Amino acid sequence: MNASPLTLWEHAQSQGVSRRDFIRYCSWLAAAAGIEASSIGRVVKAMENKPRLPVVWMHFQECTCCSESFIRSSHPVVSDIVLDKISLDYTETLMAASGFQAEKQLHDTITKYKGEYILCVEGSIPTGDGGVYCCIGGKSALDIVKEVAADAKAIIAWGNCATHGCVQAAKPNPTSATPVHKIISGKPIINVPGCPPIAEVMAGTIVHLLAFDRIPELDGLGRPKAFYSRRIHDTCYRRPNYDAGLFVESFDDENAKRGYCLYKVGCRGPVTYNACAVTKWNNGVSYPIQSGHGCIGCSEKDFWDNGPFYQHLASFPGFGIETTADDIGLAVGAVTAIGIAAHAVTTNIKKRKFIQSEIADSETADDLDNKGGA
Amino acid sequence: MEHVSFGRVYVWQLPVRVYHWVNALCVVALACTGYLIGHPFAIQSGTEAYNNYWFGTVRFIHFLSAFLFFFNFLFRIYWGFAGNMFARWGNFIPHRKEQFTEMAAVLKVDVLLAKIKPLPSIGHNSLAGVTYFISFLAFLFQSITGFGMYAAMSKSALPRLFAWIVPMMGGDFAVRQWHHMMMWFFIIFSIVHVYLVFYHDYVEGRGTISSMAGGWKFIEHEKNK
Repeated sequence: MNASPLTLWEHAQSQGVSRRDFIRYCSWLAAAAGIEASSIGRVVKAMENKPRLPVVWMHFQECTCCSESFIRSSHPVVSDIVLDKISLDYTETLMAASGFQAEKQLHDTITKYKGEYILCVEGSIPTGDGGVYCCIGGKSALDIVKEVAADAKAIIAWGNCATHGCVQAAKPNPTSATPVHKIISGKPIINVPGCPPIAEVMAGTIVHLLAFDRIPELDGLGRPKAFYSRRIHDTCYRRPNYDAGLFVESFDDENAKRGYCLYKVGCRGPVTYNACAVTKWNNGVSYPIQSGHGCIGCSEKDFWDNGPFYQHLASFPGFGIETTADDIGLAVGAVTAIGIAAHAVTTNIKKRKFIQSEIADSETADDLDNKGGA
Repeated sequence: MEHVSFGRVYVWQLPVRVYHWVNALCVVALACTGYLIGHPFAIQSGTEAYNNYWFGTVRFIHFLSAFLFFFNFLFRIYWGFAGNMFARWGNFIPHRKEQFTEMAAVLKVDVLLAKIKPLPSIGHNSLAGVTYFISFLAFLFQSITGFGMYAAMSKSALPRLFAWIVPMMGGDFAVRQWHHMMMWFFIIFSIVHVYLVFYHDYVEGRGTISSMAGGWKFIEHEKNK
């Protein structure tokens, strides 16, 4: 590590990159971060003047699918980001160092770049029983994240684990798996949910930090608006089938072959905010709905608990596994109808005398005549 | 022979009656379309999407009714301050001792049928009042969750006012689930409400059903013969 790190442009020059290629690369970055063409100049300027961004990438309770997704990013090519434009100083999965060397690397980075580095967190943090369920280098994930976050410039929470807890936090959440934003406060936190998030979305988020030196515009759940402001449903190419009332009834029917809407077989597209239908996966090849399977809502909170995945409404807690609110409602409605029938019968039995006497008491035609026609 | 004489009381003012029927129509439309949105029928297949728009129309009716329902509801909140003594908020929120006593009495006379003689309330009885207050809370809940979900596809300001509910409840799925569950409150409420109106009209003969058309109810005078 240099005492005065090279700027990105200087670094690129040292790699033999031409000015033309540099500008082209800046345009890629801008496009990936969802920045409009007129602002490319700002990206170029940032790249010319900024040193490489120091990043530490922590792995806690996770399956590394976020990392796997990230390294499949095609635009901008991830090697360009990881190796050239950011300085990924610590990441358990990709770093060469191990053991004490690795721990020293982490320590060096967070002391040397105090207040400068970006902390990426992959995985949730177990807080149950003093945090014993996830320990690295003899320290609990809880202690590590607090220590590393203390001097971070900003935090990126990768994936559903770090943003919502994902499967570890599904009921009954035995390890008390907790997302980053519930542990760390007072730091800007960017939530990038998904299981995993789309590679281009991850790259785009980093690029934004890199280019503008500030966090992208976030929504109410701390997600970058550029990628999470629209529902899968509203961007889905099968949407016209929904509006036309054309639905797949089962996965092997004629409607499925015709590519109708998967709403009735449990697609979570209408309640899921992500860029899948726009950016797609694996270099834009496809996304779940295009491949004939409903969205499971992997970027939404508690998506594991909102099952079954192949049912439009979740099962109602405390009843059978496939009992929905509608089944309960219908039962309550039936009970109400029976109750009313019973009440009506009882009324006629118990209040019969009263009603009869009221009728007997009522003014008859004779009475009215006596009153002079009233 | 002793006769009971009844006097007319103008109970439900025109705005209350209009509110009631607009609300009733909206609730029926909202529940029907809402149920369909949750469980669309497979009425068509073997055709292409460009030929049809029925589900879009169902949703459109739902949203249209929702706006009407909401503004009608807002009007009723206002009328709770401006209306006559039977329309005021004091009838819905029990705050006096007599109201609680009346609730217990209504329970005995009309629900448990343990006592025979009807109670002489004119507007809402206290138990009905508090039930309506709970239903107003349900209106509020449905408005907030409904507009909260609608906000994502709308640029207009009104739905956006309620966008905060989505992060608060943990996402669209949870909001939709609760919104859908609450539909059943409206269905059950309507069944019980309609039955009780018939019940009161039948047992008491004071024009409960017609009161929501013409506004008049009848109360027993002191025995005058």
